Amino acid sequence: MNFDLTEERQMLQDTLRRFLRERYDTATRNKILESDTGLSTEIWAELAELGVIGALFTEEQGGFGGKGFDISVVFEELGRAGVVEPFLDTAVLAGGLIADLGNDDQQAHVEEIIGGSLQLAFAHGEPTSRYDLTRVGTTATEKGGDIILNGRKAVVVNAEAADMLVVSARESGGEGDADGISLFLVPKDAKGLTVQGYALLAGGRAAEVTLDDVAVPASARLGEAGKASPAIEARVAAANVAQTAETLGAMETACALTKEYLGTRKQFGRPIGTFQALAHRYSDLLIEMEQARSAVILIAGNLEADRGTRERYVSATKNLIGRVGRLVGEEAIQLHGGIAMTQEYELAHIAKRIIMADHRFGDVDFHLERFIALAAA
Amino acid sequence: MDLSYSDEDKTFRDEVRAFMQEKVTPELRDKVRGMGELTKDDMEGWHATLNARGWLAPNWPKKFGGAEWNAVQKHIFDEEAEAASAPRIVPFGLSMLAPVLQKFGSQEQNDYWLPRLLKGEDWWCQGYSEPGAGSDLASLKTSAVKNEAGTHYIVNGQKTWTTLGQHANMIFCLVRTDKDVKQQEGISFLLIDMATPGIEVRPIILLDGTPEVNEVWFTDVEVPVENLVGEENKGWTYAKYLLTHERTNIAGVGASQAGLASVKRLARSEMSNGKPLIENPHFLARIAQVEIDLMAMATTNMRIVSKAAAGQAPGVESSMLKVKGTIIRQEINDLARRAAGVYAMPFASEAVEGANEALPDPLGAGPVAAKYFNNRKLSIFGGSNEIQRGIIAKVTMGS
Repeated sequence: MNFDLTEERQMLQDTLRRFLRERYDTATRNKILESDTGLSTEIWAELAELGVIGALFTEEQGGFGGKGFDISVVFEELGRAGVVEPFLDTAVLAGGLIADLGNDDQQAHVEEIIGGSLQLAFAHGEPTSRYDLTRVGTTATEKGGDIILNGRKAVVVNAEAADMLVVSARESGGEGDADGISLFLVPKDAKGLTVQGYALLAGGRAAEVTLDDVAVPASARLGEAGKASPAIEARVAAANVAQTAETLGAMETACALTKEYLGTRKQFGRPIGTFQALAHRYSDLLIEMEQARSAVILIAGNLEADRGTRERYVSATKNLIGRVGRLVGEEAIQLHGGIAMTQEYELAHIAKRIIMADHRFGDVDFHLERFIALAAA
Repeated sequence: MDLSYSDEDKTFRDEVRAFMQEKVTPELRDKVRGMGELTKDDMEGWHATLNARGWLAPNWPKKFGGAEWNAVQKHIFDEEAEAASAPRIVPFGLSMLAPVLQKFGSQEQNDYWLPRLLKGEDWWCQGYSEPGAGSDLASLKTSAVKNEAGTHYIVNGQKTWTTLGQHANMIFCLVRTDKDVKQQEGISFLLIDMATPGIEVRPIILLDGTPEVNEVWFTDVEVPVENLVGEENKGWTYAKYLLTHERTNIAGVGASQAGLASVKRLARSEMSNGKPLIENPHFLARIAQVEIDLMAMATTNMRIVSKAAAGQAPGVESSMLKVKGTIIRQEINDLARRAAGVYAMPFASEAVEGANEALPDPLGAGPVAAKYFNNRKLSIFGGSNEIQRGIIAKVTMGS
């Protein structure tokens, strides 16, 4: 056994951490949060230049990483700095699906993604699908050689900034069937596609996407008709690696801020960290952080495993990180007191990132039930 | 032992319920439920509605124009108001300052300020916490020094977490009038006109984006000596009186009951695996768990309220209620957030401001996640839960 990062990954981590420490401070981030677009194109370009996006794709796909541990290394650092730019959406989800399923023409986009010149979004979830990946009601029907898409997609992160959307739609079967789901590459300016955007509580932007008789050529389909489900599940697994690692990084920051505050804030004539009631609670956070780190190692290390193994670790880790995240988010605020309730203090944003992560790709309850179901299967 | 209300109490409850049904408009109710922002006008309007009925000052003695309800009646009123999603009575002037004036203020102060409070002529805010004096309130540093003529105090310093200070024209403050004695013995209670030169109010934006609290800065602010309440250097006693006196609704039973009902509403409309979330055994278990806690806590609350109604001042029980009450309320906020699923993610204050009509709210959930974050304050303010636990231990163990 060896729990050390490879030399390349260690270098990536060091470079990224240094870059974000210098370029992504609280003031910069708060400015991005308040901007109309909710992201910084300069930061995006600089991080692409640094190889951050390339690290999320395999060598065959044109990148230099793409494994579970590459994803976790990158996203832990993004999480540590509270980065809100949509690397997960453009690269891991939508970009990953193009790389996994696309034909040669479609795969050509991967180079643009890695270079930082293409923004994407994955339009999959729907108003009543909650966290279920197979509940797709949006329809795709053939008409005169074209595919006609109809439906509504919910909380599509990065839809406004995206040049293209990867849209899931059903070609056969009923809502809830894994079979029959296809993916289509749809230009954002396609006729009949409406994007109604809004800011997200934890930073970034999303939109409700309506598809009203959107016509795309059959060549816009990614992969085989009706067979996209396994690829979606695998990509969401990678997204969960990214998101749990991001949360781990954010929790590291929350704990560091809490430690610093406990040591410097004085009440009753002494640092509040000297009160045992607070010190023990800080210790509990550290204990749970070790659990969280191990869980992220488990999910990242099993991303390339067979489907059954991989998904078991996905649900286990997502459940554990959700629980630890709530504890760390709430306790970090409580141990600080009022200061942590203010928007301008760094912890506010970090705590929101941690807690709101539970609302994507399945929450604590969803993954507990799924873990049980997978074990029974 | 009798677990039910008396006939008189029931009559009163029906009366309050009918009043709420008539007076809480759907618009007001939706705002209280989080689907909109209560404006200053909304709050003052609600005060006027209550005042017209003689219910604006439930705990004031009749001689000052109050309702002089007993603790059970006050509890019934709070419960019915919460169930009807009525706005809360803004507490700073009516239920925090007024009891102090009535007990320690001069005749002139009572004659002048109390009628103005009922008529809504002043909006008071509270100047207690300072950047360096939070849980350790007695270490406050804002100074008040008499001028040579002895006509005015000159106030310098900074207060913080001043809730709704942006609406206020008056602030009651704890200030330091003696630096050379034990901390608690050098504090005085001053009434300060916010329009006095030298006062600056700066909003603090909270993590859910709301401008709910403020910093208030004082630079050489002249305050007439007539605005001192009671005796100089006795302010700590008055502040403690204020805290122990106004604890009838500390458990937030009504707010929790209303919150739980709203979680159930949400869980009925949110779908999970093709079925309403309310049919998911796991989520149902979560709801049931907190409902069981709330049932017991409501009874604990009634036991303590009944004791208070019989004239026994609550001791550590109010600290216990604060801790348990906030844990339950925060758990309910957490459930609401969970229930909303992916639709908890939008920054709903945009919807609250009406700036973005496209914002999705297919569940009618309102800003559940923002509320979850905002209500983290419950276990921090008014003496954090850690401070309350300290009080419980200190009093019961005599340490």
